[in-house]
Amino acid sequence: MEAAGVVTILAVALIVLALVYYLVSVIVALRKITAGLDQAIASVGEIVEKSAPVNDIVMTINENLDAGVDLLEGLLVKKAGLTDAVGLVEGLYPGSAAAGFRSFPDSTTIEAPRIGEVYTKGTLTLARLGREAPIAVGNPAGPALRDVERGSLAARQLYPEVRQTRPETLPRSPVIGADAPVQYEQREDIGKPRKRLPASH
Amino acid sequence: MTLWWIGNVVLLAVVLPVVLYLLHGVLSATKAIVPSVQEIGAAAAAGSKDLDAAVLLLTTQEQVTQTIAVAANYGGSLDVILDDAR
Repeated sequence: MEAAGVVTILAVALIVLALVYYLVSVIVALRKITAGLDQAIASVGEIVEKSAPVNDIVMTINENLDAGVDLLEGLLVKKAGLTDAVGLVEGLYPGSAAAGFRSFPDSTTIEAPRIGEVYTKGTLTLARLGREAPIAVGNPAGPALRDVERGSLAARQLYPEVRQTRPETLPRSPVIGADAPVQYEQREDIGKPRKRLPASH
Repeated sequence: MTLWWIGNVVLLAVVLPVVLYLLHGVLSATKAIVPSVQEIGAAAAAGSKDLDAAVLLLTTQEQVTQTIAVAANYGGSLDVILDDAR
């Protein structure tokens, strides 16, 4: 065989070897990619499956919350009037009057009155207490706690029992005076100058 | 014979390096995809695990419905108890 033929065969063999090495390496890498994509596709399928009902559920939740907001806003405006309702909300959550009520677009233009000065702090405290207020001790799903056509007995029954059920005997009032059955030692500070309290700033 | 030798030289000096260069480029690009795909798989698995809590939305939905029903009853009672604004 001539030398040129041998060189040609060697060159072709080298090219074939390079092709084999690189192509096998590419095949191995592609198989890794396939395995990784299978794993990713499985996880993506789980994501799709798990997130499928989320939209409907969130829509339902939003609808319920919208209905609740409309209900409470409507009730508040009905009972307190639009101006005082805005003031009450502003008193509870300062700065929220600017947003107004969703169902009452005019509420954004109202200058909120300072309800804290009109209704006293106790009213706001009761409003903050919400369901913990005495009027809500009963079951909200039941009938009205107070009979509006009669007296306030039903409402008074929410408080601790003293004389609501008209008991025959009540605890006697304590006896006071020099001949009282219970005598207390006389305090030494009575009649002396009152202690000075620390000055308040 | 001279042409044959010229062909051999071209084969070894031009064709073989070009083939090696191209194959090396294909292999490098393919190997670069592998870690990216593995990261995508890990991220998808983590995302799927995060969505395990989505089932709790059913409880949230039920709780919201009950809460709004209670608020509606409470509002109804208040509507009876309190006078309307004048």
